[in-house]
Amino acid sequence: MGHDIFEISINAIKLIVVFLLIVQAVPVLVWLERRGSAFIQNRLGPNRIGPFGLLQLAADAVKFFFKEEFVPANAVKLLYYAAPVIALIPATLAFAAIPLGQPVQWNEYLFRLQGYEINVGIVFVLAVSSLAPYSILIAGWGSGNKYALMGALRASAQVISYELALGLSIVGMILIYGTFNLTEMIQAQQAPLSYSLLGFTLPLNFLPAWGIFYQPLGAIIFFAASFAESNRLPFDLAEGEAELVAGFHIEYGGFKMLLFFIGEYGHMIVASALMVLFYFGGYAIPGISLADLNQWTADHTASANAASLLAGLLTFVCFFIKLSIFLWIFIQVRWTLPRFRYDQLMDLGWKTMLPWALFNTVLTATFVYLAHL
Amino acid sequence: MPLGGVIFIAIFVAVFGIVILFAASRFGTRKYDPVKFESYECGIPVQEKKDTKISVKFYLTAILFILFDIEIIFMYPWATTFRDFIKSGNGGYVFFSMLIFIAIFIFGLFWEVKSKALEWE
Repeated sequence: MGHDIFEISINAIKLIVVFLLIVQAVPVLVWLERRGSAFIQNRLGPNRIGPFGLLQLAADAVKFFFKEEFVPANAVKLLYYAAPVIALIPATLAFAAIPLGQPVQWNEYLFRLQGYEINVGIVFVLAVSSLAPYSILIAGWGSGNKYALMGALRASAQVISYELALGLSIVGMILIYGTFNLTEMIQAQQAPLSYSLLGFTLPLNFLPAWGIFYQPLGAIIFFAASFAESNRLPFDLAEGEAELVAGFHIEYGGFKMLLFFIGEYGHMIVASALMVLFYFGGYAIPGISLADLNQWTADHTASANAASLLAGLLTFVCFFIKLSIFLWIFIQVRWTLPRFRYDQLMDLGWKTMLPWALFNTVLTATFVYLAHL
Repeated sequence: MPLGGVIFIAIFVAVFGIVILFAASRFGTRKYDPVKFESYECGIPVQEKKDTKISVKFYLTAILFILFDIEIIFMYPWATTFRDFIKSGNGGYVFFSMLIFIAIFIFGLFWEVKSKALEWE
């Protein structure tokens, strides 16, 4: 019984830490985005408060707190308040299922560096993150404003259209690894790269067996679709400042707006994390296999517990370096590409990316069939 | 399946959001002004009712999404078990039956494009 309570409390603390990771990452990302966009556009960006303008985040948070409480007269009050709260949930649930580092073995207790281990990880992450349009639709309807409603409808139509291409591009990935489990997927990407077909083998020992080398087309489709899923430029038709002013969050301000921001950046973090997991080896350090890493930490530390802890920390740091590279790509794309027109957006989703994802599935299935014949 | 963890974190996040919204609503000044609380409009008096007319294309897109999404979901279990079927010698049967399924999928997509269900103007 005592052991159960210990385990439950550890898991609860772990889940809260995962949620706080997302929440505290948002101000950093906002700062990075403002500074980065400023340098891309040949400006300086926020640089007055604190070193490099880093305390701008704190100043913004205080400002948000002292904003006036505001509900438009036409709004449906319950929905208006529920939408920003609901916006937080999908990204947090999805991020908690992602393994952030190698599990730490402390005596007989196995500490996993992820919120919860789910056997059908991919299906769970997809299912949970596809709940995102609900908060957008609720916000659009609850605001009682035609711009908000149009923005919400556009956003949900866009998100569900790209969901098809996103879901199909992963089928190729599942065919190659034959599992839904995210941890097993990372284990499968450890060996050195080798292509084998009809009895011939082409070993490329200097490269790791990352998904990107088996599924280049799937990776491109997945990454492009995840931009649309997280409502980022060049697919941010939901906000479309020029024609819809601000889209679904036009009537929101202060902390309610901030919660939408956390949700949106949370989706960006989940998309980058999935990209790292599926196509770039997850938490493994490039060039060093997990077995070698465990051997190295065992040689350089006194006890097995410390070795396991050190390996867990190193893989955790590696995962976050890979994650931040993809987050930076998200930011850079936002500030260098122009927005699509709405019909072009729908055409790209249905008539270009969906057929290519289907083609990728058939191609992968053919190769898997021939390789294992 | 750690259902407890999923429910716990969902409730925790919801409570976190509600508490933070409530706390933020306690601070800050409040001044009542009827014009301020009107819906946002581009500088003219509000003229749109809430049940505004919406293009039927959105419903159509949603219906088509559900059809295609269900077809894609059928591919997931097939993809996980494909290797086991090849090992047990039934690979060809499973492969070609999925090819037939994908052909029907492509036919549906083609028909949908042909009938201009995806044209936005």
